Amino acid sequence: MTAFFGSIPAMIVLTGVLVGLASVLPGTFLVLRGNAMLTDAISHSIVLGIVLVWLATGATAGPVQIAGAALAGIATVVATEALARTRLVKPDAAIGLVFPAMFALGVLLINVFARNVHLDAHTVLLGEIGFVWLDTLPVMGAQVPRAVVWLAIMLAINAGFVLAFYKELKLATFDADQAEALGLRPRLLFNLLLALTSATAVAAFDAVGVILFITFVIVPPATALLLTDRLSRMIALAGLVAAGSALSGYPLAVMWDVSIGGMMALMTGVFFTAAFLLAPRHGLVAGWLRARGQRRDHDCRALVVHLLNHADTPEAAEENTARAMAEHLHWAAPRVVRVIVDGLDRGLIRREGEMLTLTPKGRAMARDIRDPLAG
Amino acid sequence: MILALAADYTVQTVAMGAALLGLVSGTVGAFAVLRGQSLLGAALSHATLPGICAGFLIAGGRHLESLFAGAFVSGLIAAGVAVAIAGRSRIKTDAALGLVLGLSFALGVVLLTHIQARGGAAQAGLESFLFGQAAAMLRGDLAVMAVLAAVALGLVAAFWKELTLVTFDPGFARVQGLPVAAVELGLTALIALAIVLGLQMVGVVLVTAMLIAPAAAARQWVRRLGPMVALSALFGVAAGVFGAVLSAAARGLATGPLIVLAATAIFAASILFAPERGLAARWLRRRAERRRVAGRRVLRSMQALAKEHGDPAYPAERGMIEALHGPGTRAALARLEAQGLVRPVPHRPGSTPHWALTEAGRVQAEDRA
Repeated sequence: MTAFFGSIPAMIVLTGVLVGLASVLPGTFLVLRGNAMLTDAISHSIVLGIVLVWLATGATAGPVQIAGAALAGIATVVATEALARTRLVKPDAAIGLVFPAMFALGVLLINVFARNVHLDAHTVLLGEIGFVWLDTLPVMGAQVPRAVVWLAIMLAINAGFVLAFYKELKLATFDADQAEALGLRPRLLFNLLLALTSATAVAAFDAVGVILFITFVIVPPATALLLTDRLSRMIALAGLVAAGSALSGYPLAVMWDVSIGGMMALMTGVFFTAAFLLAPRHGLVAGWLRARGQRRDHDCRALVVHLLNHADTPEAAEENTARAMAEHLHWAAPRVVRVIVDGLDRGLIRREGEMLTLTPKGRAMARDIRDPLAG
Repeated sequence: MILALAADYTVQTVAMGAALLGLVSGTVGAFAVLRGQSLLGAALSHATLPGICAGFLIAGGRHLESLFAGAFVSGLIAAGVAVAIAGRSRIKTDAALGLVLGLSFALGVVLLTHIQARGGAAQAGLESFLFGQAAAMLRGDLAVMAVLAAVALGLVAAFWKELTLVTFDPGFARVQGLPVAAVELGLTALIALAIVLGLQMVGVVLVTAMLIAPAAAARQWVRRLGPMVALSALFGVAAGVFGAVLSAAARGLATGPLIVLAATAIFAASILFAPERGLAARWLRRRAERRRVAGRRVLRSMQALAKEHGDPAYPAERGMIEALHGPGTRAALARLEAQGLVRPVPHRPGSTPHWALTEAGRVQAEDRA
């Protein structure tokens, strides 16, 4: 136990895994609901919350910080919604107006009041997960990094919230009107979720910084969305992707001597790219294969119908040949070759010299296409 | 003080750079905001970081031209990736933008630390692109910026008609035979160009505000595209110069955040005080309407009372009118009196105030009824 918490690599990876797991819980619902860019806004604006709480109390971590940032996050959301409700700007512009202003104010305050203090702008932006082990708290006899403690608490709170309101969140995400009609207060629910997102961002900013935090909130759920249609599985898969990214990002960062937080975040992108290309149903390759299969099915259907149309007619000798396919249907030569090979493979046609003739199976198929009601 | 500042070489350079940035981002931002692409700028600006690093690695040093070229290209690639993800998968546009933003920034951080790990004195400048470092700007940098700004503005002027049509009615533009996809790509490239211009001044994190705030502010004052673009550019320049000069006057205040806050202040003032669309104008209009309705109700009640009593000049007790119309009745009566529609009348033996319709008030009440 003590050995585990004393191990620097173990603590760094554990911090990364906790950031990932705590982030994907609210992240899943935000991605599904189309609020992902609010994460961007929140994570920038909490910088102002962090600075204001620091100025007021001198605390750079702990419950006051987390509560303060949650308030800053809520303020961002409220200001954005209020601005959008005036209808003077579009909702997306409202997001883009509120968070840079709050962020700029935060940076300026750091600039003025916090020169050379623990709180510098680069740390807030990028975090330094490599140093989390320096700042520890005694927990049950072991020295546990402060970041690990706070992230574990946020993970527990997020998990508790999602478990307690799972059904409500699900309905509010997929059918907000129905949720509203049933009296479930979907807006309140999402504002709570956004507050938890802000609080998680504060717990995470020491480690990965506020911008890489966005990656952990959005990318693992987006990856999971490509792999499953079930909400519960999506959350589980997103958690796996996040944890896998933290686990694989650390050794790579050490090997290449680059930012650990950056590498962990980048690994979520590797998982996403893999899912984007190779996901069984929603991936690019699967979609491409499906389209190709449909195209070839269609060509086979066109072929058998063409052959049936001209079968037993005087033109059959001329029409039912490979050359006629190319000339009359305006198919390119490779396409003709492929469709004939497909037809032969599927037992739809036979070749007799130049002539192509239908097998009984091909004839039945062509009849069925031409006159589907004949039975 | 101000004169001394204006003569300062560094301040001049920074102010001119900020003005160029404001000019271009204001112009280009107007199109982006109207097209509902405000957040594309946010994703694109974060995505310039890996390009800056790649430009540094390829050029082997901190040459502004190669850094800018890298930033421009990586911004465009990021925009393309975001469009591809949103278009070819079940992931929504906002998630695609957030994804590209976060991941490209992560890539940038990794490259940045890679460059730092390799050492070399020249790397020191790269992190300054996070928040911008206006004071480090040189006259030579200004020349590069001026050329880029001229290119951007020249493109907007040359393709004004196409940009307008694609912004407001892409469907019609397509029917007219315009290469809509190419124009959209061109607009994205212009956004990337504006962001590149802002890198030194306000940095990758905040530059997005320079695309949105001036344009959103300008939209409140004017309805037509031409004036909106001009005003947006003007606001951009004003915010840039103001921020630059203020940061020079108050040593220690970063230029980038000040410019962004100046632009935000212009936006806030615009939505509050713009005639017609502004919140203040809207509030005044609503108040006038509320008052008009309240006055009309009082007039009609008084006339109804008069009719019931068969006395056109029937003195209605104020308490009774108040009972009918609640708080605000006295103010409504005072306004009606000022318009000459009602008058206070003595009514003995009681001492409570009474009001009666004037001749004009009777006509008015009939007219409205």
